[in-house]
Order: sequence, then C-alpha cells, then structure tokens
Amino acid sequence: MAYSDKVLDHYSNPRNVGSLDKNSTDVGTGLVGAPECGDVMKLQIKVNPSTNIIEDAKFKTFGCGSAIASSSLATEWVKGKTVDEALAIKNTEIVKELSLPPVKIHCSVLAEDAIRAAIHDWKKKKQGADEKAAAPAGVQASH
Amino acid sequence: MSTDVKATAFELREGPNGIKLPIYMDNHATTPVDPRVLEEMLPYFTDKFGNAASRNHAFGWAGEEAVELARERIAKLVGATTKEIIFTSGATESDNLAIKGVAEMYREKGNHIITAVTEHKAVLDTCKRLEKYGYRVTYLPVQKDGLVDLDDLKRAMDDKTILVTIMAANNEIGVLQPWAEIGKLCHERGVIFHTDATQAVGKVPVDVVKQNIDVMSISAHKMYGPKGVGALYVRRKSPRVQISPIIDGGGHERGMRSGTLNVPGIVGLGKACAIATEEMAKESCHLAGLRNRLKDKIMGRLDEVYINGSMEHRLPGNLNISFAYVEGESLLMGINDIAVSSGSACTSATLEPSYVLKALGTGDDLAHSSIRFGIGRFNTEAEVDYVADRVCETVERLRELSPLYEMAKEGVDLKSVKWAAE
Repeated sequence: MAYSDKVLDHYSNPRNVGSLDKNSTDVGTGLVGAPECGDVMKLQIKVNPSTNIIEDAKFKTFGCGSAIASSSLATEWVKGKTVDEALAIKNTEIVKELSLPPVKIHCSVLAEDAIRAAIHDWKKKKQGADEKAAAPAGVQASH
Repeated sequence: MSTDVKATAFELREGPNGIKLPIYMDNHATTPVDPRVLEEMLPYFTDKFGNAASRNHAFGWAGEEAVELARERIAKLVGATTKEIIFTSGATESDNLAIKGVAEMYREKGNHIITAVTEHKAVLDTCKRLEKYGYRVTYLPVQKDGLVDLDDLKRAMDDKTILVTIMAANNEIGVLQPWAEIGKLCHERGVIFHTDATQAVGKVPVDVVKQNIDVMSISAHKMYGPKGVGALYVRRKSPRVQISPIIDGGGHERGMRSGTLNVPGIVGLGKACAIATEEMAKESCHLAGLRNRLKDKIMGRLDEVYINGSMEHRLPGNLNISFAYVEGESLLMGINDIAVSSGSACTSATLEPSYVLKALGTGDDLAHSSIRFGIGRFNTEAEVDYVADRVCETVERLRELSPLYEMAKEGVDLKSVKWAAE
C-alpha cells in the first residue's frame, strides 16, 4: 500500500508527541481503542480555564502509520482552538487532509473519538472542581 | 518492443558496508530465481519451445526430454520415483488436487478428513469447500510451539477417516511438524497422508519413503525456481494412492492433470531441485547462522520481544518475532528499505491478525506486533546486521510513541484496563 506524503511526514516527524500531567485539572485525557484491535490513541489537551482555549496538546499512539498520522494531525488542529471549536472537528476532514484510503478511515474516527474523550475528561474534571469551589468551606466533595 | 507495462519503479541503491537497498528478507513469500536456474530455462522459451506432448518431431522430443530430466531431479531430492511426480501450476493447485482428488477417489471408503488450524489457506479453504459437499473435517489445534499433538491426531481418527493433510513447514512461523510420525500413524490405520511441503522441500531433508508421505505438494518459487510451476508427489506402492483429477482435458500427466506442460517452468523446478540436492546441507548451516545472528542481535538490544513458534523444530531461515507495544504495520513503515512481512491485521487483506499466531495462543495484541523474517540463499551477514540495527532503532522510536509502552513502564497491567473499544 502506498502512503500519502502527508501520512509519511507525520509518521516520520510526529508533532506533539508526549504526555501532560493527567492529574492536573487543566488537562483532559482521552484514551481510545484497544490493543487487540491494533490501535490505541492517547490524546491530551491543556485548557486555559478562563478562555476555554486549548493551549497545548500531546499524543501517543500504538497503531499503524495512518493512526499515528491521524492523531498527530489532531493535536496540531486542536491547539489554539476553543474546546467547542475542537469538538466540531470531523473525522472526514482528517481523511481529506491525509488522503486516507477507505481501509484507514477507522484511524480518523479514532482520532475524532480521542479529541472528544479528552474534552469530556476535561469537562468532567472542571465540573468537579467548580462544584468543590462552590461547596461551603469544610465540606468535602463526596466523589 | 512494447513499453506499455507500468510497474512501480524501484531501483537498488547503495547502503552502508557495500549492501544494496532495499534488502529482500521475505523468502517465505517468494524467492528470486537462481541465475543457474534461469540459464537452464531460457532455451525452452525460444529454440526448444516444443510441446512436450508432441510425439512426432524433434521439437516435441526436446521438450519431453527436458521434462523427464526435471522429473528425475525432483524425485531424487525427495526420495521418490519419476512416475510418482505430477507437474502442476504450483502448490495451491497441488493442494487442491491432492485433497479433492483423494476425497473423490476414496468417497466410498469414508468422508472424514483431518487437518490443522495453522495450515495454509490453500488447504483450509479446500477442506471448507469439501464440507459443503458432505465431507466431515477435523481441524486440529496446535500447541503453544505450533506443533500438532500426535495424541490429538490419534483421537481424531475414526473408521471414516480417509485423509490426513498436515503441512511440513509453516509459512509464517517456519515450524516443522513431525511429519514422519504423522505418516506412521496414518499408515498403521490405512489413512492417506498428504503434506503441503511448499516451504520444506529444498530447505530441509525430505524423504517420502522414510517419512511415510503418500502425497506431497511442491512449489518451485519458494526454492529459487520460477513462479507458476509446482509438482505433486503421489505414491505408487505400499500403499498405491489414486487421485481423481480436478482438471479434465488431454489426459496429460497420466490423466491426473491435463494441460500442456509448462516446459520452461518445469526445467526451472528441476534445476532448483538439483541445486538443493547438492547444496542443502551447507546452505541450511549458513541460513541458521544468519537467522541466529539476527535473533541474538535483536533480543540482546530490546526487551519484551517474543519468538513465535518452536525454535527447535523450525526452518533454518525463519524468524517470527512479536515486538510488544509496537504495531506491525507502523514497524514495517519504519523499516521501509527492508522487505519483510507482518502478522498485523493492517497488512492483511482480511483486516484480521494472523490466524496462525492466534492458534498458538498469541494474544491479538502480540499478533498485531509480529514480523516474519525469511532469510534466504542470497542474504549476507552485512544485511542481517543492517536489518537488526534498523529494526531495533525503529522499535525504540515507536515505543517512545506508544501509550501502551508508557503504561506498562508505569506498572499498569494492560490486561486489567477497560478499553473503550471493547
């Protein structure tokens, strides 16, 4: 199978590889896929709490070249966007940008899922932190 | 000359230490034609183009003579007689002819066939088709090392069993089945034993008499002969095996396989066998040495790499390794100046990971991470060293990129994680 130049570029020079502190309240982590299926993506975002802008994004991926490229591209695209803008990213845009063949569309779907999962995780944490802040002093959040 | 054939252009380029890139290390898929083989074939395309079945002129006689010499050479390599060798278009046809041919011929006697789950698709799919026609097929499991358990085989045999078909050497993991013992069990029970010896003939000693083989598939292009030609050995005495043809026509090959003989191809197969008869012993030492060098270099540098299948009962040139936490196709992309294969789903037409590795009990995750190295006659020590270095560098790079490797290093038990996709 021949890979597109963009897939090869992301594979050879992946952007934003690494990890953010998953315990930080500003960080959302998405872990999608399964080893048995041959693809696991971890995508993390660091969000500015006052602007909701994604200031940093990192990924690590176990998967084929197209999966690595899809997640690398996803980190590039979410950076600088607000979380709502990032939620609007569609897998079809990834397919188009990377010229993925039909058998690799699931890689783009997984990247979209990873973005959503990371944002979901961040929102959940933020909600928890807001509730905790709103709670009267001396009362522990029950969860 | 017409130049309208478009092929993906690739040229060999200079690599370090005098090696040429890309390196071919996929010799279980196919092998290059040995120049000595090609040299003998060439006259049979042009000057000696006759049809071997033309009985009344010199062109035909030259073709027939060449075919009979090839038959002798093949027979000599495997301990058969010339009348027991039938030419075919390759091992897939040989497997089809053997299994369907025996099934039809012995239908009165029984309808039960035994095979193993790690067989090549040419055997498995042929058996599946026979199931549609009322045959009963037992697919034996294999042990962790890839070998069939002889007790399982004994238990599977019943009074309706007419055929056992178990391969000599596996195409993915190179594991050698105990075919002499399987043949013995079959002979004790009056059951015909067929073996797909595509990967074994010319690589390891095969003797159809001593090893109790009744029917055996042979391919030319796995042993430095041309593609599109193979043979089927069919035993003539003790027991005499009969098979029904699957291709009807002019009655060539004593009625078992009609169709004009591929004389240049057959000449090539014969020469490939003659070379193997002379050089196999020396070559297998060379291949095992290179294979062990590759294994030791990789395992000396990387942690969490697993060999798939028995190292003891194995083709000398085969190495099949899983690199945990790294997906096979992405590994192949990183070593794109080396031609090897992967058991990863992404590299297969069916998008399923290797059924052979799964049969060994290898988890899907490790099956996705496997690479098959097939070292052959023309590989060198310098190539092996280059391959080992490139593989290790790429695995290290991809592990830095792998969330699974990171989690494993943090002490997370990956089996206990609830994966979103499950």
